[in-house]
Amino acid sequence: MIAEIGNFALMLALAVSLAQAGIPLVGAARRDAAWMALARPAALAQLLLVGVAFACLTHAYVVSDFTVANVVENSHSAKPMIYKVSGVWGNHEGSMVLWVLILALFGAAVAAFGGNLPPTLRARVIAVQGMIGLGFLAFILFTSNPFERVVPPPLDGDGLNPLLQDPGLAIHPPMLYLGYVGFSVAFSFAVAALIEGKVDAAWARWVRPWTLAAWCFLTAGIGLGSWWAYYELGWGGWWYWDPVENASFMPWLVGTALLHSAVVVEKRDALKSWTILLAILTFSLSLIGTFLVRSGVLTSVHAFAVDPSRGVFILALLVIAVGGSLALYAARAPALTPTGLFAPLSREGSLVLNNLLLVTATATVFLGTFYPLFIDVIGEDKVSVGPPFFNATFVPLMVPLIVAMAAGPLMSWKRADLAGVLGRLRVAIVLTVAVAVAVFWIGWRDSLGATLGVALAVWLLVGTVTDLADRLRLFRVPAADSLRRARGLPRAAWGMSLAHGGMAVLVAGITGISAWQAERIALMRPGESVDVAGFVFELESVEAAQGPNYRTQRGDFVVTTGDGAAPVRLASEKRFYPVRGMDTTEAGILSTAMYDIYVSLGEPDGRGAWSVRLYHNPLVPWLWAGVVLMVLGGGLSLTDRRHRVGAPRRAAADAAIAPPAPAE
Amino acid sequence: MTRKRRRLVVVAAAMCCLAAAVGLVLSAFEENLVFFFSPSDLMAKEVAPGQRLRVGGLVEEASVQKMDDGLTIAFNVTDLANSVPVTYSGLLPALFREGQGVIAEGHIGTDGVFVADEILAKHDENYMPPEVAEALKDAGHWQGGAE
Repeated sequence: MIAEIGNFALMLALAVSLAQAGIPLVGAARRDAAWMALARPAALAQLLLVGVAFACLTHAYVVSDFTVANVVENSHSAKPMIYKVSGVWGNHEGSMVLWVLILALFGAAVAAFGGNLPPTLRARVIAVQGMIGLGFLAFILFTSNPFERVVPPPLDGDGLNPLLQDPGLAIHPPMLYLGYVGFSVAFSFAVAALIEGKVDAAWARWVRPWTLAAWCFLTAGIGLGSWWAYYELGWGGWWYWDPVENASFMPWLVGTALLHSAVVVEKRDALKSWTILLAILTFSLSLIGTFLVRSGVLTSVHAFAVDPSRGVFILALLVIAVGGSLALYAARAPALTPTGLFAPLSREGSLVLNNLLLVTATATVFLGTFYPLFIDVIGEDKVSVGPPFFNATFVPLMVPLIVAMAAGPLMSWKRADLAGVLGRLRVAIVLTVAVAVAVFWIGWRDSLGATLGVALAVWLLVGTVTDLADRLRLFRVPAADSLRRARGLPRAAWGMSLAHGGMAVLVAGITGISAWQAERIALMRPGESVDVAGFVFELESVEAAQGPNYRTQRGDFVVTTGDGAAPVRLASEKRFYPVRGMDTTEAGILSTAMYDIYVSLGEPDGRGAWSVRLYHNPLVPWLWAGVVLMVLGGGLSLTDRRHRVGAPRRAAADAAIAPPAPAE
Repeated sequence: MTRKRRRLVVVAAAMCCLAAAVGLVLSAFEENLVFFFSPSDLMAKEVAPGQRLRVGGLVEEASVQKMDDGLTIAFNVTDLANSVPVTYSGLLPALFREGQGVIAEGHIGTDGVFVADEILAKHDENYMPPEVAEALKDAGHWQGGAE
């Protein structure tokens, strides 16, 4: 009964989305206030209906209703409760419902907080959101209905893929989807602006907070995914250039470009049509990411069964969304005349460089991800494109980006003076050269790449701190004065410094693990010990135990450093999940400020010994710290008064375009 | 600077970016594309020793042997028409079993033995890598149901 309510709610949502997509659009074209006014209640009703459907599906999972096919295929009565709930989105159908729920959430948020948007723009934005919802709801109802029943119901379910039974991965998909779908708002604003034929500073001011919020979620989602791969797969790595990782990384790259170009539109009224294009591209890549991961075209852990009818539907949706918006862009963008002029060497110029590099880098990732598919379609050969390709193309493009990232914020708008900027960066230049020489001198393995990585991290960090210190006039005015300036500094400025600093920390972390990771694969009997990078790993014992829905072999390790510190105990497990007949690895990790000690238990050799992987992973905690700083920076910037969703009152008055904001 | 000159600078920068990317991609493709071979392909085509490639098929029944060091393992990959001997040192993926689909990445040694440095077996026991399914089909031995 409850499943039928869910199904019915989805159908109603489809009907509502049809109204939401059509009526406000016609109303905006005819300047008919009543028709435009439908957008708001429609968006709110959409959220309510999809929310009901999602709640019904969750209910089916929580009570293990094995009359619902989706629950049978992806759940099991013996599973812990958290994984029953996360199982809702651990499969194709459920994840699509979550996607639409988040879409409805954003649509309703625009409706609820967009009180001060010009009425035609608001109606059009919500209508475009309705169109996206229409496509997805039709996709769910016609090809991937999660509420289908099974007759007769089985006694128990097939269980959730054990790799997904992990707290990190329980929240990773919702985070990622908040990011992907969050960009739908920027997309809707872009399409609406193209229909209106007008893009101005006020438009950018409305788009920026949504883009920033989506970017924060996507950053957090990618970070969580990477963290999960690190501790759950047991291979000691954190990024594999897997098609699925790339699918989430591409919208992030273009989304980052969008975030920066929107600043130029807001402050300088330039790069308008480029920003619109980026908004379209970002969401298009999000769509491609969502679909290609779920459709099984790209094979990976995440791919679910392939169903040809789904593939065709997906392709049709992509063509309509991407092709339609790009066609609209081609028709309307020339009308968006640029006004703000700037010299190549200026804040705008540096942001253009940022955009060019990010988009080029995205193109190389795109090519590497889809090349095997492309070759497979046109010819006989089967090829794979691995990490070496991405390291050889993506990384060199990031080097100038990071170099420019430290200098950009120091440049003034319109025209900057290179000598002045370099003068202000003299501390950064001196420190970077000193550290680079030091690293090179010590002559660690792979010293050239490592030297470059460390130098870039130092350059970016010191450059960012320099910018902040300049703004506070640190050490040039009395401390109390600086403190007062610190309080007065906009939160967006603090946020930018934090995020750029986070990037510096991330670069250091990447360099650390890439250049100095020490790995050892060994065969150990209990009582034996092995030395890796000055650490002595002793395998104490391996014991069998029973978990809630798995059997496990638990290896206990004792790790001692050379310098006489107290030994540390670590445990790594090899778990077997009988429901799916699958093994998973739980790595044992000790994190310190400077390195991770990482052990992963492998297979027994049948003669009393176990194969194990032992790692010393320098600076891995910095990876996570860098991501956290970036998300915090974005979040802090989002709390800036000027970015507050729904309340850019002063800004709107400045621009003198929007009608007076309604009383709140 | 005139508006035209400014635009020229931006376009030139974009072209530089593009040219750099094309150069990087072409050189990376030259060195880093890894081709997939079935055991029958390997028999039929010349492959230079040392060239990086992937071999996929089923792990031949009763072919898996452990070497004396306990870490190196030797087995045959078969498409049921031909088979290739493979050696690999390291931890095997959890679902590596005789009779299951597998992809090995590495190079052919001078003695004709494929030295793998990476073994991919999928995480689901019912899953068959598509390349492997294709190779088995080509060799006329595919018995799997519809996908």
